[in-house]
Amino acid sequence: MMAINQSDTTFDIEQNIEQWRAYVLRHAAIHADDADELESHLRDQIDALMQTGLHTDEAFMIAIKRIGNLQAVSSQYAEVHSGRLWQNLVFATDNKGWVGDFISAFWLALAAALAFQIPTFFGVTPETHEWFFARTISLFCLPFLAAYWVVKRQLGTAGWLTVTGVSAGAFVIMNALPWQAESATSTLAVMHLPMALWFLVGVMYTGTWWRTDARRMDFIRFSGEYAIYFVLIALGGGILTAFTVGMFSFIGLDLAWFAQQWIIPCGAMGAVVIVGWLVEAKQGAIENMAPVLARIFTPLFTLLLVAFLVVMLMTGRGFDVQRDVLIGLDLMLVLVLGLVLYAVSARDPGKAPSLFDYLQLLLVGAALCVDLLALGAISGRIFELGVTPNRVAALGENLILLVSLSGYAWHYVNFVRNRSGFAALERWQTGFIPVYVMWAVIVVAIFPLLFGF
Amino acid sequence: MQLSKDLMAASSTPLVLGVIAEGETYGYEIVKRVEALSKGALNWTDGMMYPLLHRLEHQQYLTSRWRVGDSGRKRKYYAITEEGLKVLREQQQQWHVINDALNQIWRDLKRSSNDGYQPV
Repeated sequence: MMAINQSDTTFDIEQNIEQWRAYVLRHAAIHADDADELESHLRDQIDALMQTGLHTDEAFMIAIKRIGNLQAVSSQYAEVHSGRLWQNLVFATDNKGWVGDFISAFWLALAAALAFQIPTFFGVTPETHEWFFARTISLFCLPFLAAYWVVKRQLGTAGWLTVTGVSAGAFVIMNALPWQAESATSTLAVMHLPMALWFLVGVMYTGTWWRTDARRMDFIRFSGEYAIYFVLIALGGGILTAFTVGMFSFIGLDLAWFAQQWIIPCGAMGAVVIVGWLVEAKQGAIENMAPVLARIFTPLFTLLLVAFLVVMLMTGRGFDVQRDVLIGLDLMLVLVLGLVLYAVSARDPGKAPSLFDYLQLLLVGAALCVDLLALGAISGRIFELGVTPNRVAALGENLILLVSLSGYAWHYVNFVRNRSGFAALERWQTGFIPVYVMWAVIVVAIFPLLFGF
Repeated sequence: MQLSKDLMAASSTPLVLGVIAEGETYGYEIVKRVEALSKGALNWTDGMMYPLLHRLEHQQYLTSRWRVGDSGRKRKYYAITEEGLKVLREQQQQWHVINDALNQIWRDLKRSSNDGYQPV
């Protein structure tokens, strides 16, 4: 008797299922919802097997075997839900790649730092040629970050040629055109060039030449994390520099010139590459920051925009918005757009609409109203005061924002009404990015020709 | 009989969509149904079907919801969408073409062997 019953008395099915479930959840790409689904499958399978006369332990063993190799299953999950590894723990394997990655990042960071110093050897310093450095500064660092992805994603010659070609082209535009110092078009070009170059980084980052939606979303997540890391590292660098200068001044050594000429510029240029490596290397190591910040600031920005609209309507100051206010408005709209971008990329597309999505819709709606107001003001200025590069740039930006935000609003409404999935919104988002980039390129390369440099 | 991996992979989407088109159902039932339909020849690794279901849901061919079934067990049920039905119909046509072509080949082969034809 004992022998027959043994397996039933010593085998605790619930405990075993629980252990198995915990093991399943150790895979980053499998979420609790999926574990629930797999578990209910496992239980169905066990029940069916036990009805054919097997013992619980035997049924459990076979059912587990039939679920298959969890490593392979989890990599399938990861492929379908590419965003998940961003939000979750340890990508199980391959930690040894970090060292190799860091070495290539380090050399490229060094190259970026040196690139900044090369002109100074010819007597072209930031003090004497301020304008040259302002025009070229993004070209000292961003191409090196793009190059890092060419190495990391093994894009080969095509990648190198693209990065070199685009950078060289941008360098020629920024330096060979007959710019007038401090003209509006040149300021606009300086402001828009980093955006175009950031897209170059993105194309390399995806490793698929910007062809898959999932990788584009990854790049948006990357950008969010990147911004936060860069700010943190800049803060740290600033403190370190301040201490260095301060400590040495105590013992009578003035290092301010050294900090200004070497530490700060080289550190900043190098950091651009290093931060790229860092964000990717720790991707999945800890809970990411950008989604958290997006959640905190979405309600606050919504409040700000709504309050602004209400005050504007009540005081009737809608259409005589002044130049400075208009610039501020546009900057804020761009920031809001960034916030929306990250919030969308951080969301699990499988989840049903929640309160946060309504909030997001409200934010987009408020931003749309502000954008319309800004559009009204800017067209008013163009009619009254004539065409200038700044006004045309603002007009174009507001029009692009109008289209983009309307698209977000439309897709959010459809989504919260359950008329379409979140994927449609994601596709709208990733599909629109080239439009921003095109506009940036137009401002950099075409505006100077139109407005006489 | 062991079916080749490629064949299993290629047929999994129309099979899953087809089974779900018969009525809202959940993962375990789909596996069983496919097994029965293929008389045991199509033996999927059960765990692999769920990422496939999620992919199809992602592409908006399926919708899903959690429901407590008759047995009191919580399960995720999948239903097909308009979009999914469209894809299923397209797949159906494609498989028909392949099926017809293969059938013809099998017939021709049989006939030529009946004729006593010997390749030189």
